[in-house]
Amino acid sequence: MALARPIGILLAKELRTEFRTRELLVSTLVFVLIVLVLFSFTFDPTTAESRRFGPGLLWLALLFAGSLMLHPSFTREQSNDTLVALRMAPIEPVSILAAKILANFCFLLVAELVLLPVFAALYNLRIVPVLGRLVAVLVLGTLALSIVGTVFAAISSQARMRELLLPLLLLPLLTPALVASAEATAGLFESPPALPAVWVGVLAAFDTIFLTVTWLFGEYLLEE
Amino acid sequence: MALAANTMQTKNAGWQGLATLGVALLLAVAGYAALFVAPTEATMGLIQRIFYFHVPFGWSAFVAFAISFVSSIAYLRTRAPKWDWLAVSSAEVGVPFVTVMLVTGPIWAHPVWGIWWTWDARLTSTFVLWVLYVCYLLLRTLIDEPERRAVVSAVFNIFAAFDIPLVYFSIWFFRTQHPQPVLGSGGSLDPRMLDVLLLCWGASLALLALLLRQRYRVEALRWEVERLRLESDSRGSEPQGFAAVSNKGRSA
Repeated sequence: MALARPIGILLAKELRTEFRTRELLVSTLVFVLIVLVLFSFTFDPTTAESRRFGPGLLWLALLFAGSLMLHPSFTREQSNDTLVALRMAPIEPVSILAAKILANFCFLLVAELVLLPVFAALYNLRIVPVLGRLVAVLVLGTLALSIVGTVFAAISSQARMRELLLPLLLLPLLTPALVASAEATAGLFESPPALPAVWVGVLAAFDTIFLTVTWLFGEYLLEE
Repeated sequence: MALAANTMQTKNAGWQGLATLGVALLLAVAGYAALFVAPTEATMGLIQRIFYFHVPFGWSAFVAFAISFVSSIAYLRTRAPKWDWLAVSSAEVGVPFVTVMLVTGPIWAHPVWGIWWTWDARLTSTFVLWVLYVCYLLLRTLIDEPERRAVVSAVFNIFAAFDIPLVYFSIWFFRTQHPQPVLGSGGSLDPRMLDVLLLCWGASLALLALLLRQRYRVEALRWEVERLRLESDSRGSEPQGFAAVSNKGRSA
């Protein structure tokens, strides 16, 4: 496939840039931890309550983290006008977006996998028996966040007040993904654990729809 | 040229006045029918009559957002500015229509349900819909260059439109206390109620068309003013007066 090679090269470039500074990774980790801790200070939940609210809270924290951390994917390119150089390359413009979506997906997923044991310990959840299904939900939910988050980072990077604008655009649009991931995760911590097929379906539909929309209309955002 | 434009505007103003009068009459008739012609609902009583505004304005808002969505796609395909004008006009008219739905809902709900608002799936999803289009309008104010603004907001509009079915999809999976949709689900509605409802929908659609047309013309003028201003900026000091004169001529 003609897209695979440029996407691979661009993905490698994105990963190299990120791992030089680890900005996105570290700030996401710290941000989510702060939210998780602040929650228990604010509401002082009992063990049963923290088990009940934990999954929703985790996804809410991840969403907020994503809406704050994803904007460098495009603003980083602006300081040296490197996006112009990328556009001049003889590749499909959509592969630039695809590589950034994949890169953000990797960063967020790595952050989540690091956070997972801490989250389980803080909120008294048993993750080992449901680990496979939990990772599947994380993958689907994070994909939703990174697709829309990356595209909207491209949108907000072209506007004024971009740091504030990204959460404003992103959070309402991600409502269905948030509800679906939180409900799917919550299902895994009930007894007996069950993965609600409906919510996994909503997540899969969300990912498919917005990948397609990005593929069809994303390149307009990269025009000069 | 300016003279010709002025006579055109006068002629337009005449039609505009007639159309406004017609829509006002239609709204008055619809209001009368909703208050006095439609039979009183058996259990809820008079408060149920708010339904003749709540539902039609909701439907019309969806019509407005559908126009906005199609215009955004047409803009990206053709790059003709008129599609961008239509997209922003219909979104900006659709938002107050949803606001009518969101305001009349609680007025009805308070006596019937005993609460103003509940985080029921349908209420929440309509609220999300409202926020999405408010964000669309907000995004437009934050990009100065007209063509960039048109392209970028068109992409956001398309994302928002594809999000709506997903948002509303949740209604089937959450328990909902909202009354079920009146049409297409076998709900029973008195035929006279249905007639009044459709009349009210017609009136709200006429209002939508009137506002849309007006807003579209404002957007066209605004685009022209921006174009002239950019032109004058790029030509240096002399055009200051030119831009001022042409703005004045157009807004008269």
